[in-house]
Amino acid sequence: MLGLQIIVDGFAISALYALGATGFTLIFGVSGVLNLSHGAIMVSAAVGAWALHDLLAQNAYIGATFGVVLAMIVSLVTYGVIVRPIQVSRSIREEEKEIFILTATLLWGIILQEVIAYLFTNNAKSVVPIVDGVVSVLGVRIPANEIFTAIICWLVIGLLWLLVNRTPAGKAVLAASMNPKGVTLLGIELNWIYIAVWAIYGALAGIAGVLLGMFLGVSSYSVGPLTASAFSIVVLGGLGSVTGSLIAAYVVGYIETITAYLISPAYRFIPSLLLLVVVMYVRPYGLLGRR
Amino acid sequence: MTLDTLLGTRGMLPRLAGGIALCALLSCSAQAQEKPPIKIGVIAEAQAVAGSSIPGAAQIAADEINAAGGVDGRKIEVITYDNHSSAADSVRAFQRAVSEDKVNAVIASYISEVVLALEPWAGRLKTVLITPGAASDVITANIAKDYKNNKYTFHGYLTSTNIARLVCQAAKDLLVDNLKFKTAVIMSEDAAWTTPLDASYQACLPEIGIKVLDHIRVSPDTTDFTPIFNKIEGQKPDVIITGISHVGTQPTVQWKNKQVPIPMFGVSSQATNSTFWKDTNGATDGVIFQAVSGPGVAVTPKTLPFVEAFQKRFGNIPSYAGYTSYDDVYMIADAIKRAGSTDSDKIVEAMENTDYVGTIGRVQFLGKDTPNPHALKIGQGAITGLMLQWQDGKQLNLWPSGEANGKMKFPSYIKVGSK
Repeated sequence: MLGLQIIVDGFAISALYALGATGFTLIFGVSGVLNLSHGAIMVSAAVGAWALHDLLAQNAYIGATFGVVLAMIVSLVTYGVIVRPIQVSRSIREEEKEIFILTATLLWGIILQEVIAYLFTNNAKSVVPIVDGVVSVLGVRIPANEIFTAIICWLVIGLLWLLVNRTPAGKAVLAASMNPKGVTLLGIELNWIYIAVWAIYGALAGIAGVLLGMFLGVSSYSVGPLTASAFSIVVLGGLGSVTGSLIAAYVVGYIETITAYLISPAYRFIPSLLLLVVVMYVRPYGLLGRR
Repeated sequence: MTLDTLLGTRGMLPRLAGGIALCALLSCSAQAQEKPPIKIGVIAEAQAVAGSSIPGAAQIAADEINAAGGVDGRKIEVITYDNHSSAADSVRAFQRAVSEDKVNAVIASYISEVVLALEPWAGRLKTVLITPGAASDVITANIAKDYKNNKYTFHGYLTSTNIARLVCQAAKDLLVDNLKFKTAVIMSEDAAWTTPLDASYQACLPEIGIKVLDHIRVSPDTTDFTPIFNKIEGQKPDVIITGISHVGTQPTVQWKNKQVPIPMFGVSSQATNSTFWKDTNGATDGVIFQAVSGPGVAVTPKTLPFVEAFQKRFGNIPSYAGYTSYDDVYMIADAIKRAGSTDSDKIVEAMENTDYVGTIGRVQFLGKDTPNPHALKIGQGAITGLMLQWQDGKQLNLWPSGEANGKMKFPSYIKVGSK
């Protein structure tokens, strides 16, 4: 029974990690930005969903939708106010821009974290689940919400795949990640592609945040660990590789779950971080990254 | 600006000196009309629910005392500092409070680690320190070890050992006598305050006839409690005895989402907050938790008027540390009045003789010959505590029976006595 429990729990948590990391890697792949305010955007979504439900006592769907929309707004603000000004700045040298963006998004994440803590305290909040109750499979009680989380995550990842590979807009995004100059020569405004990608990223991080809020609950303290986990999954999978991130999300999710069940929940994060260090030595470009 | 240009600015220096003299004169005449205030520094966690009530509650007490004429004509002035839940920030705030703001006493924090970091500073800077919410027994054990230096610290809330004893007393009445429970698993967070709590649980639970099957310490960083509940369920206890404060929402929500069929009973500090129902979307339904006060429970004649005043001013119900913070201001004012001085050693002496009926009961401190000097006395005639349960969005009191305003009831997924 323990085996089944590990399989189910590991699958749900990994699906959440995969969704969170997909957005993170998408932004890196298209615009070369490592967004260290990722965790803050996820937490904004969850706390937004919680707060709206709390204020208006609306149904769960309205709260969840509001959380996702909020994350998209925060994501676009992150791009417009934090990232874009550095990218177009003439006073920062080109080769230093990456580190400036890294620092600025990190600080932006901390600002968001503090604002959330001041407005809503640092106590954890849980988003009201869309589906309630438990499902019994072979004697193991699984919260229906956990299954719902995994399904939604994979549905959204599937939709993203369709969008990128099967629509003209998606193909433009893909092209921008390969050759930005070529895209502009084709008459496509690069800036609009970036705005679209940040909006998509906001939606992905928002959905992941709201689902996490329903599944485990989040607090302003979650900001750092969520950014760190997305960052390590993306590095493990290979920067910019969506498939690599998906595989890495499952590797990390299952290693964590197995550690939590078989050793101790206190050591949950240690083995996957050790693995990351090993990968850094052996394959610094990640599992599926390009050299 | 060089010295030459400064001196060259004709008349600037004399004017500056004249200004300073005038200010001094004005403040002298102001002092003649009004005695200097008694300053109380309040160091608390503005972002945590438990800590955020501390400054507001202290301010209410100060305003009430001032409206009644102050302490021998001296007003009470509350100066607040946000410590961001950090021990290092708290130490800096304490130093600033004493050295720059010249406070006469400090009320600080609900976190044991913070108070333990401040305790030596209270000794070094010879300033009275009282905590309205920390619980570790080590705070007062340190006073026994080095009374001369640590006597400035007072423990205005229950020690962990005493909290565990009160939980056991309630468990005897509610779980053993009433529901015939026989077994338990202790689940507590890994923190300074739970070490003595767990030791006390392990000693007192067998005394009331409950066998402890396991003792699980949870890292405060834990986000996924499923493996822990899974392990506990495998041991088939009648009840989970809790010791959680830094964590609260997440284990409670996951306990409900997973429909763990075992009741939770014990300390769950976040459950004492009036917002906990909303924070957990009602997952806390059925959770039974120790508290020193509860909505609508008139522990003393002062309890409900204070809650009303707090609610009127801040729009919410105070956290557990709010009640004690309010009482602490009155106790400090009372001690200064009795001491007839703001000299710290004299305040300490007067505080040791405190006999004050506050919002959580009658407050008296244990003497310096006990193992925990300056800890609160508990039991009949002192502080008994309550045992509350969340039911349908309300906190109802189940224990002691004399003050109960509700009956124990569990959500349908909890199987009582099926083991």
